[in-house]
Amino acid sequence: MADLTTNFAGGIKCPNPFWLASAPPTNCGEQIMRAFDAGWGGAVWKTIGEPITNVSSRYSSVDWAGQRMMGLNNIELISDRPIEVNLLEIAEVKRLYPKHAVIASLMVESKREVWHEMVKRAEGAGSDGLELNFGCPHGMSERGMGSAVGQVPEYAQMITEWVKEVARTPVLVKLTPNISDIRVVARAAKRAKADGLSAINTINSITGIDLDTFEPRPNVGGKSSHGGYCGPAVKPIALNMVQQVNSDYVDGPPIPMSGIGGVSNWRDAAEFILMGCGTVQVCTAAMHYGYRIVEDMIDGLSNWMDEKGFVTIEDFRGKSLTKVTEWKHLNLNYKIVAQIDEALCIGCQLCHIACWDGAHQCIHVDRVTGSVDGHVEVHAKPREMGRERIAVTPIPKLDAPKVHVGTHATSLERIPRVDETECVGCNLCSLVCPVDHCITMVERPSGLAPETWAERTNALVDRAG
Amino acid sequence: MDTGFVVDPDVAARFPDLHPPLGKRAAVVEANRCLNCFDAPCMSACPTHIDVPQFIKKIASGNVPGSAKTILEANVLGASCSRVCPVEVLCEGSCVMHGKSERPIEIGRLQRFAMETFYDAGGKLPLRRREERQQRMACLGAGPSSLACAAELRQLGFQVTVIDRRALPGGLNTYGVAEYKLRTADSLREVEMIRGLGVKFEVRDIDAAGLEELEREFDVVFLGVGLGAMHRLDVEGSTSAGVIDALEFIEGYKTGARLTVAPRVVVVGAGNTAIDAACAAKRLGAETVTILYRRQRANISAFDFEYEHALREGVKFLWTALPVGLRETEDGIALACLEVAPDEAGLLVPLEGSEFTIECDVVIPAIGQSPLVDLLSQARGVSMEWGRVVIDRATGQTTNPKYFAGGDCVNGGREVVDAIADGKRAALGIAAVLAGNEVANG
Ligand SMILES: Cc1cc2nc3c(=O)[nH]c(=O)nc-3n(C[C@H](O)[C@H](O)[C@H](O)COP(=O)(O)O)c2cc1C
Ligand code: SF4
Ligand code: SF4
Repeated sequence: MADLTTNFAGGIKCPNPFWLASAPPTNCGEQIMRAFDAGWGGAVWKTIGEPITNVSSRYSSVDWAGQRMMGLNNIELISDRPIEVNLLEIAEVKRLYPKHAVIASLMVESKREVWHEMVKRAEGAGSDGLELNFGCPHGMSERGMGSAVGQVPEYAQMITEWVKEVARTPVLVKLTPNISDIRVVARAAKRAKADGLSAINTINSITGIDLDTFEPRPNVGGKSSHGGYCGPAVKPIALNMVQQVNSDYVDGPPIPMSGIGGVSNWRDAAEFILMGCGTVQVCTAAMHYGYRIVEDMIDGLSNWMDEKGFVTIEDFRGKSLTKVTEWKHLNLNYKIVAQIDEALCIGCQLCHIACWDGAHQCIHVDRVTGSVDGHVEVHAKPREMGRERIAVTPIPKLDAPKVHVGTHATSLERIPRVDETECVGCNLCSLVCPVDHCITMVERPSGLAPETWAERTNALVDRAG
Repeated sequence: MDTGFVVDPDVAARFPDLHPPLGKRAAVVEANRCLNCFDAPCMSACPTHIDVPQFIKKIASGNVPGSAKTILEANVLGASCSRVCPVEVLCEGSCVMHGKSERPIEIGRLQRFAMETFYDAGGKLPLRRREERQQRMACLGAGPSSLACAAELRQLGFQVTVIDRRALPGGLNTYGVAEYKLRTADSLREVEMIRGLGVKFEVRDIDAAGLEELEREFDVVFLGVGLGAMHRLDVEGSTSAGVIDALEFIEGYKTGARLTVAPRVVVVGAGNTAIDAACAAKRLGAETVTILYRRQRANISAFDFEYEHALREGVKFLWTALPVGLRETEDGIALACLEVAPDEAGLLVPLEGSEFTIECDVVIPAIGQSPLVDLLSQARGVSMEWGRVVIDRATGQTTNPKYFAGGDCVNGGREVVDAIADGKRAALGIAAVLAGNEVANG
């Protein structure tokens, strides 16, 4: 049986690596206790600081192909509740849920004494760790906080140092992605002796515009403001940034990472852990479906770990980091080509048009018989195909029914053919094909020894030298 | 658009839509399921080759007016087709989703959504071509084939007149389709849209002399006259007042002339029209409706889904039964029948001692329509074969270059969409032939 218990960043213990990120789902103690009852291992409190005033509306989203909230955008600020109320509730939650992790997310004025005071009060309330919100991309940054700090490595380092002067619990720095190289702030945190990192916060965004009023969303009395983007759409961006930071050895080896950004299920979580994260944090998915989603996250991850023979999170954490390299170290002589399983093909010809217009013009609809490979010139298009043909409604009595021959789902004339000699192995067709496992990419050994770009250019340099 | 036609409210209540319409959200969800195939098989399967993925993706993007235009560009009667087409054997039957063991895309209902949104917003189609051409075209018959031909000819700039002997245009779409599939008012709405393009409609009964007149008046005559009267039940006593042919029966309730039916109904024949009539009888209040058919279930010409539908409506089927005589009795009709079976040569022969009688009130023969040979044989130089007008398949031209033809009078009776495809093809054929002549004479 998989053991999901987690000990993160030098002492934050929790029953599993699934935390709720600092956001509306962690607004108050009552919510967090319900979340713990549902199964969440930890919660990062909605960022605590001098109470703010929010606007309405606050959110907007991007729907995709009939699905809601592929991406979510918000212009909300930090907690609008008094600091003392939040701290009292932290104490209450910790008293009732001593085994769960409660992290206090903090954001206050950039003054040493103010930070010292805030840290002491949060720890006094019983929080298991602190998360410094250097990421909030809107509103707070205009007041010199949030990403205004996170975008300047010197500020980030300075404030982290202030916090570390008094903190007794682990200190996590939450990174903003709104910066050209996320590693520079991670390095600043390492120099300031932070105990861990959280990444990523939301990405600057404008999700869309109302085409009747010309007002972008979310609409606040006819005006909008850029917000922070999150949800499934940002996962690939987050995963990349996490990989960059977790593979970076400048200013010391990587430090513990809590992965955030589009985590919606156990698969996403497994991916972030494979990329080196010790815990993951979830916001949009919980806002979309509620705390109950954690049940499948725990169950699914446990089952997957059992299947793979992993007992603890540490058994697979970071396993994929070594499988990411720079482009120049990829083997230029590795060759794959697309192969269509004719028995599965449904004849939609999306692969054909994708390769034709969007790739390398080597999937042809010119099949006459059987599977054939070779140049297109060899094959004539079957006569009378497609819309030129006069079609009539088949009448049961008069017209022979279309008999289905063989095991194939579709008639041969609609099944495209890959010209392997021209295929560059880009994957596009296999990505657009709507049938699982219908197009597979198969290796065609080039017969050449592996060679990378680095090796090739070094060889040139050697020869020149 | 007010077509001035009101169906009897009681009949309307008894014939609600067979399939509920798609709401806007449901339409978008369904549209998003479409894979957007390249050279889509649904488009090839549609006799009018509507660009199905294109109109569906326009629904998904919220461009419903554009979606409607895409449909109408290919098929000017897209609204009635969306309701009457046997999509199970056409577009939806060819959907690649079948290959994935998934439900096909609901193309028919999506098309109906686009069409109804279009008509609800006023239903105006702009003219494609602004320059007028002076040639005058007559489309004989105001059914789907002629309407499609007329609309396309008008779009090409010609002066077009549709001529029919009946008061309301639309042919079978107006008079002959089950009300729960296509309402008369919806058919007339489409006619109005075509009228809006500048097509003229004339009520005129055409005979041999009339045809000669047309030849003088018009440059080209398109024959879209459909079929003639229904075959009569060829048995003794079939002139009884209790015998009413299926099309007359359907037209009766659709136009308000018939509001009820007697309790016991027998329908003879098992084609799609027989099923429409049987289901209508059921909805008009008949207690028992029995379809008599001389062969087996496997031999019927109705589509499978029509047969299933009839079963759901409570229609009974009596196989291998042949009516041989009909007698009026005190409380109705006694229909004498024989049980028949095919012999070695496939001919149906009565089984000995199999006579039986069915007591009923109404007998509705639905055993096909006869061709309009009387009229068509008057069109000079127009060859016919087996009661059908002979045409060049690609252009619709008959053996008399002045005459073109399409629809049921050419194919012997197929679907509305086949008639529309014929009509449109003929319009393009007419334009191509005229252009060829101009080049030749020029
Ligand atoms: C396969 C691929 C190759 C690309 N190559 C280039 C490139 O050579 N130069 C460039 O400026 N952008 C390149 N882009 C980025 C695109 O121009 C574009 O900025 C990006 O894909 C975002 O737009 P999208 O969300 O519509 O895809 C490439 C994108 C793709 C998908
Ligand atoms: S892998 Fe790329 S190049 Fe090869 S067939 Fe597919 S789309 Fe074309
Ligand atoms: S995309 Fe897949 S299913 Fe569609 S034609 Fe190509 S191989 Fe067949």
